[in-house]
Amino acid sequence: MQNNQYVIGAIVSNISGVLSRVSGMFTRRGFNIDCLTVGETESAEFSRITVVFHGDEDIKDKIIKQLEKLHDVKEVEVLDPQETVIRELLLIKVRNTPQTRQDIMTAVEIFRSKIVDYSPTALVCELTGETSKINAFIDLMKPYGIMEMCRTGIVAIERGDNCLTTER
Amino acid sequence: MKISGAKIVVETLIEQGIDTVFGYPGGQVLSLFDELYQCSDRINHILTAHEQGAAHAADGYARATGKVGVCIATSGPGATNLVTGIATAYLDSIPMVAITGNVPTSIIGRDSFQEVDIVGVTMPITKHNFIVKDIRELADTLRSAFKIAKSGRPGPVLVDIPKDVQVAQWDFEPKKDPVRPYPLKFASELKLKQAAEMIKASKRPYIYFGGGIISGKASAEIIELAEKISAPIGCTLMGLSAIPKDDPRFLGMNGMHGQFASSIALDEADLVVALGARFSDRATGDKKRFNKNFSIIHIDIDSAELDKNITSDLTIQGDIKDSLYRLLPMLEKTERPDWDKRIAELREEELRRLESAYVSKKDFEKKCENCTKPCSMTGIPAENRLDPYAIIDIISEKAGENDIIVTDVGQHQMWTAQRYPFKKPRTFLTSGGLGTMGYGMGAAIGAATTGKRSILFTGDGSFGMNLNELATAAVQNTPLVVVIMNNGVLGMVRQWQTLFFNKHYSNTTLNRPTDFVKLAEAFGVKASRAFTAEELEKAAAEAFSENRPYLIDCAVDCNEFVLPMLPPGGSIDDIITEIK
Repeated sequence: MQNNQYVIGAIVSNISGVLSRVSGMFTRRGFNIDCLTVGETESAEFSRITVVFHGDEDIKDKIIKQLEKLHDVKEVEVLDPQETVIRELLLIKVRNTPQTRQDIMTAVEIFRSKIVDYSPTALVCELTGETSKINAFIDLMKPYGIMEMCRTGIVAIERGDNCLTTER
Repeated sequence: MKISGAKIVVETLIEQGIDTVFGYPGGQVLSLFDELYQCSDRINHILTAHEQGAAHAADGYARATGKVGVCIATSGPGATNLVTGIATAYLDSIPMVAITGNVPTSIIGRDSFQEVDIVGVTMPITKHNFIVKDIRELADTLRSAFKIAKSGRPGPVLVDIPKDVQVAQWDFEPKKDPVRPYPLKFASELKLKQAAEMIKASKRPYIYFGGGIISGKASAEIIELAEKISAPIGCTLMGLSAIPKDDPRFLGMNGMHGQFASSIALDEADLVVALGARFSDRATGDKKRFNKNFSIIHIDIDSAELDKNITSDLTIQGDIKDSLYRLLPMLEKTERPDWDKRIAELREEELRRLESAYVSKKDFEKKCENCTKPCSMTGIPAENRLDPYAIIDIISEKAGENDIIVTDVGQHQMWTAQRYPFKKPRTFLTSGGLGTMGYGMGAAIGAATTGKRSILFTGDGSFGMNLNELATAAVQNTPLVVVIMNNGVLGMVRQWQTLFFNKHYSNTTLNRPTDFVKLAEAFGVKASRAFTAEELEKAAAEAFSENRPYLIDCAVDCNEFVLPMLPPGGSIDDIITEIK
């Protein structure tokens, strides 16, 4: 995480339109989103949204208060990066040539990445990790020719028995 | 027993205590209107001339009564016509439930005839909104809509109901009582104690309140607080009518067109106790300068308003009535003679300024450069012309204290806000946050359905926007006095052009040949015209003797200005008290 970046975890109702409501609030109020992910939770009733944004303490407080006002947002918490496991998934397709193949395989091994698809002309690697690790791997792959890539954006969960609960 | 979705809607409205709804029929609400027809002995539907009028009427009804206003429109254009009305209610925190029909769920998303994603459109201007795609969820969704609309800081909620859901059948069991709002938020005891300490330490406290005092029913507590701590009271546009205008501690409105004493006293205070207000840009002007001289205690039900526009020294989230009720015993009766004396001086100064402005205006024969009516057309010498304040005085003398004063938006709105002697909460309805020209006719009709008389002060510009609602007024035949301050120009914009755009009167000179008296008569509404105070006296006497709509077209000079004025983005240091 960069210095002025915050990660927010939010439990929201698992119904259509929630994502628009949350992302719309950011747009409408002039807050910038660096990254937003949404997915299922242990309960079918709720989804979990992870938002990363940058700004100062004041912006952070404003965002939290505006999120809490949304009817479908049940719980919001700023996650302390020290106390949180933060992960992102990368799928990256790199050009496969006899000259570069070995170097790529070495990088894949060192980064504990995985080759998930192999063809005579292209390799697809999968990598999980914190954003900085993902960025480093992408930088490393650049000289070999990145054909396409996609990353999930981060998901985050607190360490220990602290949980985001839906009891309001 | 299974009943149709349309019937579930009507039965749920009745269950929620709704006896009046405003709307306009159309293709996708035919079933709903069929049920309204069949239940017309239990729920009254008022047909407006345009859906925007219905939304404003529901808003006016809500502001006048404190209950949730309900409006109904069909899909597509019907729904989008509600949008300005919903946004008006949203910006002023007015509880409203808007019900729209939509095309059947099977053809949603295919750009069907009169299909609009109204839930998407209204997402940023509602507290929350719903589309009901399953008949089983219909009644509870409507109940949630009412609950959300009236909880905490109130606001509008939209429920979109596709046609097939209105037709489908499902079980319905009416609840015994309307839904209750979510539990109130109560202020922390510790913070209230801190507030009490700050007030005790203050030499020149000032109470500054907004519309939250009206929705939070805390008028009496404000007056008691002011008395106990010897503080003057000022308010925002939205706060007006919460306490009587003639309260000895009340200085009037603050903000861009705030009254002189009220604005200066605010700046000279060392502590501002802000209650149920949100420090909008029109209220504060330059945010860096606004609170240079004072600390702020900000109490509001909505935590998102705390430190949103202005950073306060102490913020307290909580119900305002409860907060004040608990704060009062923590304070001792304190005399502040020096501060009282200063306030008295400011009041005198304000009177002096008003007097001299009045005299200089009468001495000054105004010249209209760009328009010919109404001022020069009338040929009436300046000293006999109708002064805007005089119009308000003449009307207010005839009006009762329960009459509901409504305005549109512009100069007439500010003159009314500055001058009208409000006595009771919920007797002043105005579009403060959104500044919706055309708000007045609908709102006045909505307010008049409560059985009270409503008086609309409007301008020829604003009135032109929704004058079709005269048709609704004529049908309703309720007591509604429309007072048009007709200056032949878009006065407020023109005022800005005079001050900041080198008198380039771009598109603000109306110079229309519209005859509002004939127009009203064509709609079936009695009307007369007033050029002088005598004529207005006569017209007003007739208007107030009628128990039905009456329109008075008053000629106002186009060079009348709303003063004082803080220029946009400016501060109290830049206050404009006269225009040469």
